[in-house]
Amino acid sequence: MATVNHPKIYLYRQIVQAKLFIDNSYTEPIDLAQIAGRACFSKFHFARLFKHIYGQTPFQYLTRLRIEAARELLSMDKTVNEVCHSVGFESLSTFSGLFKRVTGFTPSAYWRQQQELKIQLQKKPLGFIPGCFAEKKGWTQKSNIEEVLL
Amino acid sequence: MISKMSHVSIYVLDQNSAYDFYVNKLGFKVHTDAPMGEGKRWLTVCPPEQPELEITLMPIEAGMMFTEESAQQMRELVKNGTFGFGVFECHDIYATYEELKSKGVEFSKPPKEEFYGIEALFKDDSGNWFSLGQKNSK
Repeated sequence: MATVNHPKIYLYRQIVQAKLFIDNSYTEPIDLAQIAGRACFSKFHFARLFKHIYGQTPFQYLTRLRIEAARELLSMDKTVNEVCHSVGFESLSTFSGLFKRVTGFTPSAYWRQQQELKIQLQKKPLGFIPGCFAEKKGWTQKSNIEEVLL
Repeated sequence: MISKMSHVSIYVLDQNSAYDFYVNKLGFKVHTDAPMGEGKRWLTVCPPEQPELEITLMPIEAGMMFTEESAQQMRELVKNGTFGFGVFECHDIYATYEELKSKGVEFSKPPKEEFYGIEALFKDDSGNWFSLGQKNSK
């Protein structure tokens, strides 16, 4: 296979390593100096390159990642307080404010919405599947499928 | 008048492995994961910035959709890389390529400038291939 022909590919590799460091460490209280250190750049130079590549600052990316992870955890059985600390926030009010700004819901309202969705998915899974596929799969013929899953 | 596409299917050899590939490697979001009894599962994922398009990860199984013979033929075709299912876009193809490669995604073509943009080709864990594109040079 041919190799990549880009004059700055080494630079991309360093930035990607730092981005993967954020992906793997967002639950910890990491800061820009640690992240930039992974790419072997100064904080300023790193932040500029990161924004050029990903269209957002490292801090914006870290926050978005934490909020996305919080959404997933809130759709499980975790409490808002547990989720807040699990995804790397130290303050519940900061977490709640950012969560609402990004998703439009408070964490509690989102949690309630997800619990309701889970109940519906368990009770009426066919409501989430296009009928043509359910029919092709033979799921609509099993009239007791929803009772069986409960 | 048709307004948009809501679901598209990708045939996969193993749903659990496909989940790992699309969610943990490509970074897609799970849209619906519904247990359908008898070990069956309705699983759809979506690209991070396109939550309204559900990609169904459809296992190839003998049943109402396939006979045992056609399921076997289909599995062979998928495994052999017969099907190209679409084009994914990204903001920066070189960064995306480096990240996916570091996660073990197999590329048959690294990013290359073409007259229509920059393009790379990769395969999923079943053998389906996709184009990865970046429309505008930065």
